[in-house]
Amino acid sequence: MRLNHKTARWVNAWLLLMPAAVLMVAFTHFPIVGGFFASFFSTARQGRPSKFVGLDNYAYMMNDSVFWQVLGNNFLYALGTIPLSVCLALLMAVWVNGRLFGRAVVRTAYFTPTILPMIAVANIWLFFYTPQIGLLDKIRGIFGLASHSWLGDPGTALACLMVLAVWKDAGFFMIFYLAALQGISPELEEAAVIEGAGRWYFFRQVTLPLLMPTTLFVVVNATINSFKLVDHIFILTKGGPDNASSLLLYYIYEVAFSFWDTAYASTLTVVLLAILGGLAVTQFAYLEKRVHYQ
Amino acid sequence: MKQMWIRVWCGIVLAVILGGTAAQAAVELNMYYPVAVGGPITKVIDDMIAEFEKANPGIKVKAVYAGNYDDTRVKALAAIKANQPVQLSVLFSIDLFELMDQDAIVPFDEVATSAEDKQWLSSFYPSLMQNSKAKGKIWGVPFQRSTIVMYYNKDAFKEAGLDPNKPPATWKEMAEMAQKLTKKDASGNVTRWGVQIPSTGYPYWMFQALCIQNGLELMNQDGNQTYFDKPEVVEALQYWRDLAAKYKVMPEGTVDWGTLRQKFLEGATAIMWHTTGNLTAVREGAKFDFGVSMLPASKRRGSPTGGGNFYIFKKATAEERQASLKFIKFMTSPELSARWSMATGYVATSPAAYKTATLEKYVADFPAAAVARDQFQYSVAELAVHENARVKKLLDDAIQSVLTGAKPPKDALGAAQQQAERVLKPYR
Repeated sequence: MRLNHKTARWVNAWLLLMPAAVLMVAFTHFPIVGGFFASFFSTARQGRPSKFVGLDNYAYMMNDSVFWQVLGNNFLYALGTIPLSVCLALLMAVWVNGRLFGRAVVRTAYFTPTILPMIAVANIWLFFYTPQIGLLDKIRGIFGLASHSWLGDPGTALACLMVLAVWKDAGFFMIFYLAALQGISPELEEAAVIEGAGRWYFFRQVTLPLLMPTTLFVVVNATINSFKLVDHIFILTKGGPDNASSLLLYYIYEVAFSFWDTAYASTLTVVLLAILGGLAVTQFAYLEKRVHYQ
Repeated sequence: MKQMWIRVWCGIVLAVILGGTAAQAAVELNMYYPVAVGGPITKVIDDMIAEFEKANPGIKVKAVYAGNYDDTRVKALAAIKANQPVQLSVLFSIDLFELMDQDAIVPFDEVATSAEDKQWLSSFYPSLMQNSKAKGKIWGVPFQRSTIVMYYNKDAFKEAGLDPNKPPATWKEMAEMAQKLTKKDASGNVTRWGVQIPSTGYPYWMFQALCIQNGLELMNQDGNQTYFDKPEVVEALQYWRDLAAKYKVMPEGTVDWGTLRQKFLEGATAIMWHTTGNLTAVREGAKFDFGVSMLPASKRRGSPTGGGNFYIFKKATAEERQASLKFIKFMTSPELSARWSMATGYVATSPAAYKTATLEKYVADFPAAAVARDQFQYSVAELAVHENARVKKLLDDAIQSVLTGAKPPKDALGAAQQQAERVLKPYR
C-alpha cells in the first residue's frame, strides 16, 4: 500500500517534530501538569500519607506573609534590573559600535561579566560588600564615610543583588544590540545627514525603531532572568535578613528542598508559571504591535 | 566428545569472567560532607580517606564536598529520593528528626552489633551524643563537632587598658569591655567594633547559646515543642539587639557568618563568637596575639554543641552498611579524631583522642585547643525538632528582623512561636 502524497508529508512532518516534542513533553509539559495536580494534595510525611486537600495549599499561600514579601521583592527586583540593564546595554552597544581607540578591549571588558559563572561572581561581590574590610567600604572610608552592613541591612540587601544582576546582564544584552546596530545599513545615516537630521533625532527616529525587534527579545529575556536567576542569593544573602532579599524562585527552592514540603512548593510553582506566562503574553501582545521587522 | 570440550571451555571462560568481576567488585561508598569553616578542609578529608583505602583495599570511598550543612542535607536527600547511590554522609547533628521523618537513615544499633562495636559507640563524649539519640536508639556518630567559643584580640585588650588574660565572663562585662574596645577615628566612624556575633548562616545557633546562658533551652527533648516566646528568650534577644542599639559595640544589621573570621583577623572586631571549628584557621591567620575563652554567662555559662555527625542511609545494602561502619570507625578513631581536631579546631570526639600523645602535646603548647572541650560541662544539645529546617527558619527570620531593628523581640518571637506551633502540632 502506498501512502498518498498528503499523508506522507504529514507523517514526515511529525517524524521531524518527534524528537523535540518528546523531550518537551517529558521534561517541560508533563512536569507542569504534574506540578499543577500536586498543588491540590498534601505533602506526605512519615505516618501521614499524601491526601487530596483541594485548595488548602492555595489558602495557606494567601496567608503566608513570606510569600507576599518575596513576590513584592521579585517585582521590585524586576523593576530595578530590567530597564537599567537594557538601557545600559544599549548605551554600551552604541558606544563600542562607533570608531574608538581600543574598541576590541572595551567590547571584551563589557562582555566579561557575562562569561563568568554566577557563583564565582557572587563570591567576589561578597567581598566587595563585606562591611569594614570590603572594597565598597574601603572606598567609602577614603571619603570619611562610616562602614555599612550592605547585605545585612534589609534596606540595601535587595539593591545589592540588583546591582550585581545589572552588572552581569548588561554586557550580555549589549551583544544583541551590537549585532543589531551592525545590521543597520549605513545608507540610512548618510541619507539622514543629507536631509540635515541631527544625531539625536536620527537615533530616536531611525535607530531606535529599527532596534525594536532586539529590544523585544532582550526585554523578554531580562524579565525571565529576573524571575529565573537566583544563584547569587545562595552566596550573598541566603534570602536574608528576614527574607528581605528573597525572590520567589529562591523561596520555592527553600520550601521544596529545605523544608521538603513538595506540595506547597508545587503551589508556588504554579503561581510563578502563571506570572511568567502572563508577562510573556502581555509583552508579545503589546510590544509586538510596536515592533517593526525589516 | 567434542561437545564436552566445548562445555569445558565455556566453563573456563565463564569462571574467568566471574572470577575477574569478583576480584574487581570492591564495595563503593559515596558520601556527602559539608564545610562550614575556613581552611583547606577538603584536603584533610581526602588525605584521611586515602589512608583508609590503603588499609582497606576492598572499599572505595568517594567523598563529595556539598556546601554548607543545609546544602549538604538537601543534596543527600535529593540523591536518595532520585535513587542515586549514597550510603553515608556527614550531616548536621540536628537534622536527626528530619532524616527520621524522611525515613532516610538506619540506627547504628542495627549495624554496629558486635561487643566491640557497642563499646566503640559508647566511647564518645556524652554531650556529643545528645543529638544522636531518639526513640531509644543511636542514629548518628559524632565527627566534626564544635561548640561556640569566644575569640578575642589580646593586643586590642591591652590597647584599651584591659587585662588580656581576663576575657569577659558575664554579659554585663562583655558589654562594658566591648564599649572600651570599640574604637573610632577622628570623624567618629567606628574602625574596630567591640564584639560581633554572626547572625547569618546559623543565627539560631548563636541565639541558642544566649538562651542557655539566660537559663532556658529552646525546645523539648522529643523535638515537638518550642519555647520561643518565654520571657528568658525574649530577654536574650533583647540583649543581642542592645549590643548594637544600646551599647553601640556591634554594627547595625546582620553580621555575616562567612566573612566574620576575616574581619577578626584584620582587627575590625576585638571579640567574635564563632565555632571552634575555625580555631586552626584563626591561629594560622592571626598576626596578633589572640585568646580563646568560653562564652560569658548571664545566669549560667553555656553553649549548644554543633556540627556534623556520620549517618548511614537506609538504602545502603547490608554489605555497604558494614563497609560504611568500618569507614566511620576509622574516621572517628582516637588517632584520626586527634588529627582532625588539630587540623581544624573541631573538638576531638572522645576522651581517648585527648589522651593520644600528639593531641596531648598540642593542647599543652596551645591551651586554646581545649577550651571547647572544657566547655562541654556547660553545653546542651543544639536545636533539633521535627521539620527542623522550617522551624529553624522561623526562628532565624525572627532573630534577623529584631537585629535589623524591624520588630521588637517580643512580637517577632511571639509570631515565630505561633507558626512553630502549627508545624509541630501533628508530631505530638
